[in-house]
Amino acid sequence: MSTLNATEFALLDNVAGLDWAEVPECTGPELVRRTAAELARGGRLCAWFGVPEPAGTRIVAVLAFDADNTLAVARSVPLNVGYPALTLEHAGAHLFERELWEQHAIRPEGHPWLKPVRRTDEAGTAPSMGEFFRVEGREVHEVAVGPVHAGIIEPGHFRFQCAGEEVLHLEIALGYQHRGIEEALTGGPHPLTASQMEVVAGDVSIAHATAHAMLVEALAGSEPPLRAQWLRAVALELERLANHTGDLGALANDVAFLPTSAACGKIRGDFLNLTALVCGNRFGRGLVRPGGCRHDLEPARIAQLGDRLKSAMAEAERASAWLWDAATVRARFEDVGTVHAAQAAELGLVGPAARACGLVRDVRYTHPAGWHRLAQMPVAVWPGGDVFARARVRWLEVQRSGEFLGEQLSAGPEGPVREKLPGLLPDRLAVALVEGWRGEVCHVALTDSAGRFRRYKIVDPSFHNWTGLALALRGQAISDFPVCNKSFNLSYCGFDL
Amino acid sequence: MFVIDTFLHRLKRGRETMAYPKGPAPALPDRHGGSLRVDGAKCVEGCDACVAVCAPQAIVRPGAGGIALDLGRCIFCAECVQACPAGAITQTGDHRMAARRREDLVLGAPGQEEVRLAAALDDKLRRLFGRSLRLRQVSAGGSGAEEADLNVLGTIGWDLGRFGIQFVASPRHADGLVITGPASRNMELALRKTWEAVPEPKIVIAVGAEAISGGVFAGHPQVHAGAASVVPVDLFIPGWPPHPLTILDGLLRLLGRLEEDRRDRDPQGHGALGQERPVN
Repeated sequence: MSTLNATEFALLDNVAGLDWAEVPECTGPELVRRTAAELARGGRLCAWFGVPEPAGTRIVAVLAFDADNTLAVARSVPLNVGYPALTLEHAGAHLFERELWEQHAIRPEGHPWLKPVRRTDEAGTAPSMGEFFRVEGREVHEVAVGPVHAGIIEPGHFRFQCAGEEVLHLEIALGYQHRGIEEALTGGPHPLTASQMEVVAGDVSIAHATAHAMLVEALAGSEPPLRAQWLRAVALELERLANHTGDLGALANDVAFLPTSAACGKIRGDFLNLTALVCGNRFGRGLVRPGGCRHDLEPARIAQLGDRLKSAMAEAERASAWLWDAATVRARFEDVGTVHAAQAAELGLVGPAARACGLVRDVRYTHPAGWHRLAQMPVAVWPGGDVFARARVRWLEVQRSGEFLGEQLSAGPEGPVREKLPGLLPDRLAVALVEGWRGEVCHVALTDSAGRFRRYKIVDPSFHNWTGLALALRGQAISDFPVCNKSFNLSYCGFDL
Repeated sequence: MFVIDTFLHRLKRGRETMAYPKGPAPALPDRHGGSLRVDGAKCVEGCDACVAVCAPQAIVRPGAGGIALDLGRCIFCAECVQACPAGAITQTGDHRMAARRREDLVLGAPGQEEVRLAAALDDKLRRLFGRSLRLRQVSAGGSGAEEADLNVLGTIGWDLGRFGIQFVASPRHADGLVITGPASRNMELALRKTWEAVPEPKIVIAVGAEAISGGVFAGHPQVHAGAASVVPVDLFIPGWPPHPLTILDGLLRLLGRLEEDRRDRDPQGHGALGQERPVN
């Protein structure tokens, strides 16, 4: 990072805090220039959000330099009108800037598609109302899907511009799931905060709860017991196993390959039940809290966990072998929904969607925190960027999570799992990244002079990746939407918060 | 892979659907704890230990030594169970907790220590839906977990189809709705329209704390206080999220397909570690 100018950005490690006053400050246009320069040099935009003040709204930029295992933060002076849009140079900023405009009325001048992200202003109005990008032409038709979808799945609106079967453009309008989680965090942490973190996206409970817990611990200037960090790492991989296995089954189902679909539906449940063995809840709710964990694993439980893990892994191995063996599956997965590595990098994709484009983006490896400083696993990468690659990365990660757990279950350090947390330090900013099964979960918090949350920003991996799905559909047959969608399997509520 | 391999694999796996409800219900995870029993008579005068630790504010002590725990708002963290000095709140280990009336989920008063379990639909609706129930699911601020465990009911271990219950793609094909989430305001219009599109007679089932009461989001201006704020609800299935077994029990109970009080479970309610019969 010799090239990074430390006077323009403050550098910090994952799960570290610094005084708000230490965050370098500049004008709006200058922040855009500096950020654009660092993004061009290989930085990655983790968060771009507003902090309201009486004099105006400050923009805070959080960047990650994966190769250097470093995060960087900077802020603007209070703004009241607008600034030149970062999106013009870096497309990956487009949703962040729309969100900033929606939340704080700070206008990114020149933004090519400035419209609400969640439409939180008018109660009772459907978020998808308004203008959609349209393709004109004699053979062109428009297909509108949602918000209520055909399956048991969260709501969102998809607007396809098609020429015959071919999708020319897909616009995704979300916001239906907005529950006001970020808004409610101001003035916190509240008694319900830790529980709400577990349902930011209900199938990523461990990752979001862990990011929140580590953030609060960093703001308190403390670190939880090592055994709690170990247990969180174990639970994080159990969460990954359940969801990746479920996704492989769902992908098989979408290409009508029923043996793997049926088996994975059950094996996914076996993995969920391992999380339930740890804490009673199949989704890991009630396990992770600031200061540690609410449950411990006694030796008998660890032994049972290990045994059941082994048999579930063996079943997953069998069920996925059928999938990879089947030529019909390969024919339906390969060269479908392709996102190129350059596009993925430009959009700032994260998680399996990025790794399936050959990008080495895995917080566990590039920004290790907690137990991952002591125990690591190889990053699963596959080139290609198509549905096959996204399925393949999931399977590689299932194997590696299984191996990691096999090693780690018996390697837990002794000691307590929870300690009392001191109060939060005043006027501090902290950042916590966790690699959830969908990708990078980013929590940023700023405390006020009393040590309460002044601003709390959550970036779910889906916020980065929905645009990747839209791009993957370009030039595809519209009938391939389900399998493309499943290959990303993004969260609606995590995006809508 | 050859077709014959598929058959062989399938044969080797054998029948994977659970015996329940003909056989005994699978045990809940030992740390799950199941439903709650609230014995208001045991409450200590002036004590509010449970109220203080209840993050979702599901417990109130409305004067005169009374206590009211709303299972429809409970997140089953069991902090109150640990905090109560008198042992007035206990875990029953019972997966059954679905109720027909909202007030039946409020525990603590004499005679209402445990959930008054859901009664079956009336004869007319049972004749219509008893052997064939088509449901349309609407997530209105659901977290994805409730939806996931509804999907689980369709997998081979649970096989909801064997009861004639099926989730369908269109409200026009449905006999009712299953709603998850607190009913976010941004979903209100879509939820209302979906409900209106279901032909009469229809039923509505609220799954999970959020759908019943707003849950951990109750009071947020961006959401309603559950599905019943938008449409009438016929069955409430508590949980955070409800275990698939709890959901299945609620559905079968509503259709009158469970014999009342068939307590063919071990008397302890939930097995100790290692004795459970896990199902996916």
